[in-house]
Amino acid sequence: MPKREDLRKILIIGSGPIQIGQACEFDYSGTQAVRALKAEGYEIILVNSNPATIMTDPELADRTYIEPLTAETLEKIIAIEKPDALLPTLGGQVALNLAIELHEHGVLETYRVEVLGASIPSIELAEDREKFKNLMVELDLPILKSKVINNLSDGVKAADEIGFPLVLRPSFTLGGAGGGIVYNKSELSDRLTEALRASPTSEVLLEESVIGWKEIELEVMRDRKDQMVVVCGIENLDPMGIHTGDSITLAPIQTLTDKEYQRLRESAKKIVRGVGVETGGCNIQYALDPHSDRWIIVEMNPRVSRSSALASKATGFPIAKLAALLAVGYSLDEIKNDITKETPASFEPVIDYIVVKVPRFAFEKFSATEPLLGTQMKSVGEVMSLGRSFKEAFQKAFASLELGNKGLLLPKSWKPEEVKLETIRRQRFDRWWLMAELLRAETATIEEIHEATQIDRWFLKQLEEIIDYEKELARMKFAKVGAKEFRKAKNFGFTDEVLAVLWKTPLEKITAKREKCEVEASLNQVDTCAGEFEAKTPYYYFAYENYPSALPDKIPVKNKKEAVIILGSGPNRIGQGVEFDYCCVKSAQAIRDLGFEAVMVNCNPETVSTDYDISNRLYFEPLQKEFLERIFKEENKFGKIRGVLCQTGGGTALRLSQQLDSKSILGTPSAQIDRAEDRAKFDKVLTKLKLKRPESKTVNRVEDLKKVCANLGYPVLIRPSYVLGGRSMHIVRSEENLNRILQTFSTASDIEFPLLVDRFLDEAIEVDVDCIGDSKAVVVLAVMEHIEEAGIHSGDSSCSLPSLSLSNAMIDKIRKTSIQLGRELQLSGFLNIQFAISKKNELYVLEVNPRASRTLPFVCKATGTDWVRAGIHAMLGKTFKEQELVPPPLYPADFQHYSVKAVVFPFLKFPGVDVLLGPEMKSTGEVMGVGEDFSEAFMKALIASSHRLPKSGSVFVSVRDSDKEKLIEICQKLKALGFRLIATHGTAAYLRKLGIVVAGINKVKEGQPHIVDAIINGQIDMVINTTDSESAISDSYSIRRSALQTGVPYFTTLTAAKAAVHSLPRYIRGELEVRALQSLPFKGKTSTLGTNYGTRTRTNDPRGLRKTSKGTRTNQNGRAAS
Amino acid sequence: MASKAKPGALLLQDGSLWRGLSFGAKTTSVGEVVFHTALSGYQEILTDPSYRKQIITFSSVQIGNQGFHSEDFESKRVWASGCLVRDYSEPLYHWRKENSLDEILKQNKTPALSGIDTRRLILHLRENGNQWGVISTETDDLKSLKKHLQKTVSMQGLSLTQEVSTSKMYTWTEGSSALLNSPITTPANKRVVVMDFGVKHQILRYLIDSGFKEAIVVPAKTSAKDILALKADALFLSNGPGDPAAETEIVSEVKKLIGEFPIFGICLGHQILGLALGLSTFKLKFGHHGANHPVQNLRTGKVEITSQNHGFAVSAEEIAKHKDIEVTHLNLNDQTVEGFVHKKYPVCAIQFHPESAPGPIDSTFTFKQFYEGNFHI
Repeated sequence: MPKREDLRKILIIGSGPIQIGQACEFDYSGTQAVRALKAEGYEIILVNSNPATIMTDPELADRTYIEPLTAETLEKIIAIEKPDALLPTLGGQVALNLAIELHEHGVLETYRVEVLGASIPSIELAEDREKFKNLMVELDLPILKSKVINNLSDGVKAADEIGFPLVLRPSFTLGGAGGGIVYNKSELSDRLTEALRASPTSEVLLEESVIGWKEIELEVMRDRKDQMVVVCGIENLDPMGIHTGDSITLAPIQTLTDKEYQRLRESAKKIVRGVGVETGGCNIQYALDPHSDRWIIVEMNPRVSRSSALASKATGFPIAKLAALLAVGYSLDEIKNDITKETPASFEPVIDYIVVKVPRFAFEKFSATEPLLGTQMKSVGEVMSLGRSFKEAFQKAFASLELGNKGLLLPKSWKPEEVKLETIRRQRFDRWWLMAELLRAETATIEEIHEATQIDRWFLKQLEEIIDYEKELARMKFAKVGAKEFRKAKNFGFTDEVLAVLWKTPLEKITAKREKCEVEASLNQVDTCAGEFEAKTPYYYFAYENYPSALPDKIPVKNKKEAVIILGSGPNRIGQGVEFDYCCVKSAQAIRDLGFEAVMVNCNPETVSTDYDISNRLYFEPLQKEFLERIFKEENKFGKIRGVLCQTGGGTALRLSQQLDSKSILGTPSAQIDRAEDRAKFDKVLTKLKLKRPESKTVNRVEDLKKVCANLGYPVLIRPSYVLGGRSMHIVRSEENLNRILQTFSTASDIEFPLLVDRFLDEAIEVDVDCIGDSKAVVVLAVMEHIEEAGIHSGDSSCSLPSLSLSNAMIDKIRKTSIQLGRELQLSGFLNIQFAISKKNELYVLEVNPRASRTLPFVCKATGTDWVRAGIHAMLGKTFKEQELVPPPLYPADFQHYSVKAVVFPFLKFPGVDVLLGPEMKSTGEVMGVGEDFSEAFMKALIASSHRLPKSGSVFVSVRDSDKEKLIEICQKLKALGFRLIATHGTAAYLRKLGIVVAGINKVKEGQPHIVDAIINGQIDMVINTTDSESAISDSYSIRRSALQTGVPYFTTLTAAKAAVHSLPRYIRGELEVRALQSLPFKGKTSTLGTNYGTRTRTNDPRGLRKTSKGTRTNQNGRAAS
Repeated sequence: MASKAKPGALLLQDGSLWRGLSFGAKTTSVGEVVFHTALSGYQEILTDPSYRKQIITFSSVQIGNQGFHSEDFESKRVWASGCLVRDYSEPLYHWRKENSLDEILKQNKTPALSGIDTRRLILHLRENGNQWGVISTETDDLKSLKKHLQKTVSMQGLSLTQEVSTSKMYTWTEGSSALLNSPITTPANKRVVVMDFGVKHQILRYLIDSGFKEAIVVPAKTSAKDILALKADALFLSNGPGDPAAETEIVSEVKKLIGEFPIFGICLGHQILGLALGLSTFKLKFGHHGANHPVQNLRTGKVEITSQNHGFAVSAEEIAKHKDIEVTHLNLNDQTVEGFVHKKYPVCAIQFHPESAPGPIDSTFTFKQFYEGNFHI
């Protein structure tokens, strides 16, 4: 069946901001789909609110909308673009839910938009648990005892029938939000209420518990000819009861016999047919009783998923690409296997290696919640590794995690009393290290661990063998170690780093001796067919053989050009996510443009960068010196390496740059990077340039802390000298405050001295600046003004481009200072600088990052220019002059539209955690709003980050004393817009004195009915709540938490509240337009380099976007313009 | 066992030596070195009589994890001459595990090596073709291994069916119950004769599942006359080892049976039917041994994912010249013939393994067609 000619324009929906349970795997799937369908000649309309993604790169789709993912927005886009079809199966649950919503609103019918991939009825069938259950019964397939309920009393009745423990699964939610296991009757009503609330349809499935059963997933593809293949079977090491996103998983399946597996495969065919998924990929989850023949189907997703991204990387079979091609009519046998280029895609991949995925968590940022795993996903990222045995792949995955500790060795933060069976039984997130330690100390047996965790003994035995050999290694004398020991250790997956610890010998000596013993990893190609056919696709990994053959895999050499090696950013984590992948992928393109070969190294299976289509060669390896050196050696065998790119892979790559040969590092010299990163050295840079930074002191002993703080004067900012995403940062406002923090320090043994104490600039405006340099010239790309005041981590702040309130003189000062800093650091490549502007209008340098920043993708999209390319080309020797690069406009008046970045937080996933923002980053993802003025852009950013803003109703206000004066204007504005104001009695009295009509309400401690009751009862439509003192924070915690849980929009800084209130009128009037990036009026376009490199000639204003006056804009946020 | 394992080795006819650690029986044996790419099913593979005189390299890296279970034997014993794996592990627990692979190999006097660089060995076989080799768990000394390979041997021309066939006729009545899509239809009185060239249990189970009341399994060398005397309703030609062209006696008996009743052949049975119809067979470079081969069913146009195990194939050019034979199945990887029917006689031949074991069970309906005696749908 050839491709459909009756379709011309196809709409693809992305998955929005990165959240727990929905991460950049959907950027990978969406990007593949866009590329594949464009190559087939279709016109692609793409919608996604996330500016950090590759898929929203304007070069990719024909029309790119960075707009909120709501049915309303989608309808507007459909009305403009009139697509023939919608492909909703590649944008995760968000896209699927939107497709259903559009169908329910009649939009798809009105505009005659056909749904490709899965039909609306089949989406509903798979997603609606009751319907799915009935279908399984009809197909005679085994399922759990269960019942769907819509209210509490039915739930209690159903629980009686099913028995405890039972599992709650709210319908239509991501990553199992609101779900969980209930062990007894007394827990039931609370948990059930929460679950009902989490489901947009107030529907919850109660289900018999299969905790401890084996969990298996199959990735299935079907085409219009009803041909089906299972791409990959994935086994969860952590059995049922732990969300598969939080489980360590592996492929191929290891503990099932062929018949046990084929049984699942047969049922998969029936399910996919039964649900009616016409074409594309889907994922089916099974649970198998480890002690009998019993097995059941848990659920199916009629779309590509996190697991299908993993399966694609694990096997080399590009599920999303194929899903897109199948959706437009091709059949599997008409498509060639992407890897062999000869055999057809209608086959099932086989692999001659083991793939292990390990999740990465961020519990340390949410310390108020217990770090326990369950049926709700908590992990923020993952790594994948390939090895030629389970042990090797398993240890390699742990080496890829970048957690600071080495492999399976115990992190030093652990307390001995926690290392016990009880901790692992409670499913603490770090239990694999605990299990390793229990086996190491011989305080528990495999049987005991199995009993506590239900993890299959085969895996535990493998772990025990690793630990046994680790102990044997530790007993050896390094001098006596030879090739035999090295080979076995490497076979077991021990990294040189771990061996260095075990042998108490410097890493360099370990590596040198290993090399002398000629123990070297073999190159392996990922080929989908276990070597049966020749693979043409350059996707590689390294692994050690016991008896390596003299006939290794070879990289086919064809007109080999100089290579540039790009270091990726590793697992996603809070503070380092998809935005760095964007930079790596764009770098690969820029490198190839100049005629070099791009070589990618990364270990994150969710990413676009690990798509083998992006680079000339992909090495799926941990981002560690040892592994990189092996890659360099291989690359050197057949060609010259031009250099290593360390500036686009976030902190991970930058840190590696300091360990590698400085001559090989591209761009800003290694020594200059050190000058920027090392605090003492950077202080000297600032002194030399006569630039200000907040006064600061280094504290080496906890005893000195109090004195130093007092001398600097409160408020102060305390942080460790090395930080990522602001971990362990505190703003301390008083000595009392300090005492409390000191207590937490005493329990957190991973706080490393020295600590840095900065004077904190209260109520300062924070500014993010991105620059590029070509060794000589420095160009400032953007001056972004944060909405939230300094003190809120820049990754958690909203920001506006152009700036809102800065005077042209200040912008000029920022520009000059940035150039001065860039020149001083011999900037070649990228630089991000954070400034603060104090109340006295003084400019302070907060920090510099000599690399591509988190904001760079946002800047590229907001300015319509591929700055990554400009920076990379500069690093590779092409000066800005040669590039004919024109600096972009920086003054607000020169902009024709506003772009606002806002963020999303994972607070809902972490019960008991306060939603207040601070210097420690907590957000997982970002969105962008584009508008003709700040109001429109900011409002769209708020909507895109799931703020369900009211158009009328009641607003609750309760602010700290220092904010009260500024509250007046907000309240007057709200009143003028027709909102009713409610405040706690203190705030109410203050406002009344000023003549503002406001209703009073009890604080929680003042007795019921109080504010939390009102929030839960739906009487409050928006919350503005700022706090400072400890007691106020704890008093008002329940207000913020209940607002979060009931979905009431809340603001915890007055600056954000003010911006929101000022933007509300536009929203109320419904004046939010949609615009494709391709039709935005970017300043000064020229076509010299393909994309939007600017001349300063002013373009006309084709869509009349410049209607707001400069005056209103710059004064928008009430800040002085000069 | 792994910690005290002795070094062993595999020597190929082309002189390449592949070292590993011994497990299984302490012995030395020779055979054709082949590779199998299935992800699961080492027990079914090792006990399949078609692997007689073959040393199997498993591409899947972890072997042994689930042990051996009585219901997964494809015959009474291990037939392969040896077993090469990347990483062997003892099954610690599987709810139906009865033995470990190591124990079973010891019982069957089969040598095995772990730690083999299986990927490079497979690439080597892919490039240079399957070839004879010697596997030893007694020595890794090149000289002594060489002695076993002095005589140049090849699978070509080797008749092996006598070695694996039953010596006495027996009746099989057990169906399969483990699989989902095994349709147990209304009981009938039809009987099928199975010529045993090394038949797999799963084939017999599927014959029963498809509706036959019983399968009468006869030795490979049973004459056409004796088969006809059994007055059965259908004839099945089984899978088996060796070169089909070497089975001239069997071919001439089968020739006499064509047209007498519906005949269905799988694997070696397929090749023998081809030879009996005047076609020829040839040896593939490295054969098809896996569970993921796309085969297009030319009647439905649909691809079935198949289980494969054969080193020889029926010539496509000759079929094209034969006006009464229609190719029904095509391997999409290399366009070789995977099945045919005779336009006049009820004869159906399938090269791959619709009974799977191991592998996908996409094609079991062919058994149903056989039972109904209608291959032309």
